[in-house]
Amino acid sequence: MLPELSEEEAKIRIAKKIASNLNDGDLVNLGIGIPQLVPRCLPEGVRLILQTENGVINAGPTEEEYDLRIIDAGGTPVRVLPGGALISSELSFAVMRGGHVDATVLGALQVDEEGNLANWMIPQVSVPGMGGAMDIAVGAKKVYVATRHFDKNGKCKLVRKCTLPLTGYGVTDVIVTEYCVIRSIYGRMVMTELADDTGLQELLDRTEMNIYVSSQLVRERF
Amino acid sequence: MAKPFIKPVITAAEAAGFVSEGSSLMVGGFNFGGAPYTLIEALCENGAHGIDLICVDTSYYNTRVKGPVGVARLVTEGRLRSVIASHIGLNRKTQELYTSGELMIELIPMGTFAERIRAGGAGLGGILSPAGIDTIYEEGRETIELNGKRYIIEPAITADVAFIRAYKADAAGNLIYCGTNRNFNPTMATAANIVVAEVDEVLPIGAIDPENVVTPGIFIDALVIRGESEYASRT
Repeated sequence: MLPELSEEEAKIRIAKKIASNLNDGDLVNLGIGIPQLVPRCLPEGVRLILQTENGVINAGPTEEEYDLRIIDAGGTPVRVLPGGALISSELSFAVMRGGHVDATVLGALQVDEEGNLANWMIPQVSVPGMGGAMDIAVGAKKVYVATRHFDKNGKCKLVRKCTLPLTGYGVTDVIVTEYCVIRSIYGRMVMTELADDTGLQELLDRTEMNIYVSSQLVRERF
Repeated sequence: MAKPFIKPVITAAEAAGFVSEGSSLMVGGFNFGGAPYTLIEALCENGAHGIDLICVDTSYYNTRVKGPVGVARLVTEGRLRSVIASHIGLNRKTQELYTSGELMIELIPMGTFAERIRAGGAGLGGILSPAGIDTIYEEGRETIELNGKRYIIEPAITADVAFIRAYKADAAGNLIYCGTNRNFNPTMATAANIVVAEVDEVLPIGAIDPENVVTPGIFIDALVIRGESEYASRT
């Protein structure tokens, strides 16, 4: 069976799991949504250098004092931590596209068996523009997709083939949902970790994507 | 014609006069930050229509902030003929006009946006980017394979006029920036025929150490002191 989780519980499980995969000192770029929960879920002793696409390196938490001159990509005022830097968009995207970012964590509308990621538009419904998503998807050393396993209508977001316009082709390295971790290994999507409260067979049955299960599948608390 | 060494400090209304029907106009800024609000406001007063806008986003309208904020007014007041942008998700009106096809909008990856402008200012014909390869963005665009990797051929972007926002200038137009207000401003400063920088203040020559200059004054035509409107004074 699948555990019943509130929206908040599910999101925190995903963020925690991703946080436990990141290394101390990693330069990390976070997308909007669940990815923004990652910093508060980091294990003790792990410090990331967060980059925001609009030009902060070593961005700190939200600044209480409301100064709009230093904001993150979502427009929220932030602090630049000691040892950080402020850079132009041109340099910021050189950082993102040029393979200098150790890991990015992105949300998803759909992610598929070939590692294709769709997260930037729903034709005729929502056309916000791709912003920096396409650049970071092709440029980061490692792409984590942080997503609920099912959408609000119960439809699986891990699909055989994305039907929505792609953000990046074959870019996904790791998919983390509230139930499991799936890694792209030699072109296959392999489940390597499963939450100990989640039934494997039911999860596979309800997942559209064809998933291989690692022979060393780790069952653990999410 | 050579740009003057000592930059004239002009009014926002005078600067708005550089933009006429059919002008291409780069405007700096990202989200709230680093937009030349005073210049944009003057442009809205001045009444030029049919502008080709090059700006990374179209700011806020009827979303998290009611607005219209900054360049969003150029959209809501129907001043634009076309837009090159990367993100229009904060502006409901832009999205409507995009979906209905009433306004020509080219949406491009943000890094590509920055580099096309950089190329424009650097005398390059364009750049090759992997962003958007094998997505619908690639459709209708030329690609090239180089060293076994595919890239989209992205032509350079230049403009007739650039309105940018910096923190302080010296009288020779050397600029420094504040916080994340830097964003696309230094790049746009290189890529337009006429470049006007909106600043908090103009300092005497020598007041900015050459080591700290981000945008050298050689790119700048004129300076405008920021006004006191809410966003002009808070950003």
